[in-house]
Amino acid sequence: MTTPDASARPPGAREPGPDPDRVRLLEAVRLPFSGARREILTAVIGLLASIAIGSVLMLIVGKAPGQVWWAMLSDTATDPSLLGQALYRATGIMLTGLAVALPLEAGLFNIGGEAQVTAGVVGCALVGTALPGGTPAVIAIPLCLLAAAAAGGLIGGAIGGLRVARGAHEVITSIMLNAIVPGVALYLGNRALFRNGTTTGAPIASGAELPQLGLGGSSANASIAVAVLAVAVVWWLRARTTWGLAWRAVGQSPEAARTAGISVGRVRIVVMTAAGALAGLAAANFVMGNKHAFEEGLGRGSGFAGISVALLGRMHPIGVVLAALVLGFLSSGGVAVSTLVPKELVEVLQPVVVLAVAAAVPLVRRMEAAR
Amino acid sequence: MSELLGVVFSIAFVARVLLIAVPYALAAMGGAVTERSGVIDLALEAKLLFGAFAAAAVGHATDSALLGLAGGMAAGMLVAAIQVGCSLGLGADQVIVGVALNVVAAGGTRFLLQLIFHEGANSPPCPAYGDAVLSNPIVWLTVLAAITVPFALRRTRWGVRLRAAGDRPDALVAVGVSPTRARLAAALVGGALAGAGGSQLSLAVGGFVAEMSSGRGYIALAMVILSGWRPAWAVIACLGVAAAEALSIAFQVTGVPVAQELIALLPYATTLAVLIIFRGDRRTPPRSLGRI
Repeated sequence: MTTPDASARPPGAREPGPDPDRVRLLEAVRLPFSGARREILTAVIGLLASIAIGSVLMLIVGKAPGQVWWAMLSDTATDPSLLGQALYRATGIMLTGLAVALPLEAGLFNIGGEAQVTAGVVGCALVGTALPGGTPAVIAIPLCLLAAAAAGGLIGGAIGGLRVARGAHEVITSIMLNAIVPGVALYLGNRALFRNGTTTGAPIASGAELPQLGLGGSSANASIAVAVLAVAVVWWLRARTTWGLAWRAVGQSPEAARTAGISVGRVRIVVMTAAGALAGLAAANFVMGNKHAFEEGLGRGSGFAGISVALLGRMHPIGVVLAALVLGFLSSGGVAVSTLVPKELVEVLQPVVVLAVAAAVPLVRRMEAAR
Repeated sequence: MSELLGVVFSIAFVARVLLIAVPYALAAMGGAVTERSGVIDLALEAKLLFGAFAAAAVGHATDSALLGLAGGMAAGMLVAAIQVGCSLGLGADQVIVGVALNVVAAGGTRFLLQLIFHEGANSPPCPAYGDAVLSNPIVWLTVLAAITVPFALRRTRWGVRLRAAGDRPDALVAVGVSPTRARLAAALVGGALAGAGGSQLSLAVGGFVAEMSSGRGYIALAMVILSGWRPAWAVIACLGVAAAEALSIAFQVTGVPVAQELIALLPYATTLAVLIIFRGDRRTPPRSLGRI
């Protein structure tokens, strides 16, 4: 038996025990579901607080909250076309939600979703219209998806690259690109894409169209499969690969990650590119599944909504799916009760969910610490 | 083209640049004050928008532009109080709180328009300052702030405590001052400044239009970061943005054959270009920015 002899160590040497950087790294990469209870609690507290705030707003406009919430639930659940619209909306924000959740876990706040979705829509429509009319679906669909992802990824990668190479904060560059990309898209539309006098471009090749689900004439379409597949891929990368470990390690502590030999800059650029590609893929929902053409303002708002989805979903891929469904349902619910309360009321609820969840995070942490 | 030069090199153009710069400069000074105290101020957009709404609503109700300005400043302070309450009181992430408040402002002002005036996007008319420069008190407020804010940050007890809260809150605790209170005080002043900036938006045209701040708060914050969190430099940067915006309007008015869609992007593109040219990691933010 040997015992470590403290006096034998040179002065200034590290205390025996695990390397603190290594501990932080290991903490960062715990098993995927270890904090599941905490995250679910946070999301539920945030949702309940939002329902409370929404109820107060309903009282202000002179309506009984119980009646409005019940109408929202029952009318949406029993109307196939409202349910379909909820699913259509959920499909888009599931992808933009992933595009926020993935970088957030890597310590980057991607609010460039608007720019990335618009780029994806333009890229997808450009390739879709360039394809010859008779292109079979097996070729047309992957090509259009690839174009959407590449165009979105280009914007995301630029934001990540500027952060790494020039130290430009991703929030500021994202906001500028959110204004610039739709402006350039409008320019392209007016100059080359829109058919005379309209704000709609030429239709994409019919092989690139994704079938509608036929829910009460709603826009819900097969691109939900693309969204679910993307969720599955992100889940797998996050939980099962060294890439997932690397991006979460960078998010927890860039210094510790650097010590562990991870190239922080490269991870940040790759993560932002992937996020942009995910947001760009939302074009599958808007262009390939619904409008079959480039349209001014198509997909607008879904990039920003992704922030709510990611936060409510607690950055976990499964959580993102649930949050997208909840918020998609909420927006259909807003339509369902538009005769009872002004539609602006339901619009305000979405950022309120974000605020409430953000405030619930430290609350739950304190509750855990107190136990 | 000569027509364009005629427009640009005129007193009227300078006056327009000044008027355009007012909301940017007030928001940027508000942002600099708030951020120097250690609170990330992404909610500038919300303060501009609620400030613009409150100024129009109060101006409409009282038929006084000056009271409208007071209302706008109060609205900016209210947003700042909510922001500090969420981020310092409850401990929520400051970036997320800021972005969420901005989205709340976009929907919330529409909701209030509907609730108070039963209107979708426009408020009823309120007194307007119009194109007047010298008789517009908000312009003078901007000039006053541009002189006093940098001085106050450097020389007064309020400014020293504020900067200590942003750089070394532990040192502030050691001398028995609460960093949270110093930050709240800073954020309220910052909110009032940004709210005044928002007032200019609606009081210039005599009414509130939904989402009329159109990203100015974000651009102002970019200028704060660009200036290295120094309010005087931020004001100068805002003048540059205003010049870019006035230029893009001059292009549109004189009908110079360039793409209108692209010229309208000039302020954003300039901001982005400046961010790319001047490296961000050489500017040091307040040391405790975003930490509690």
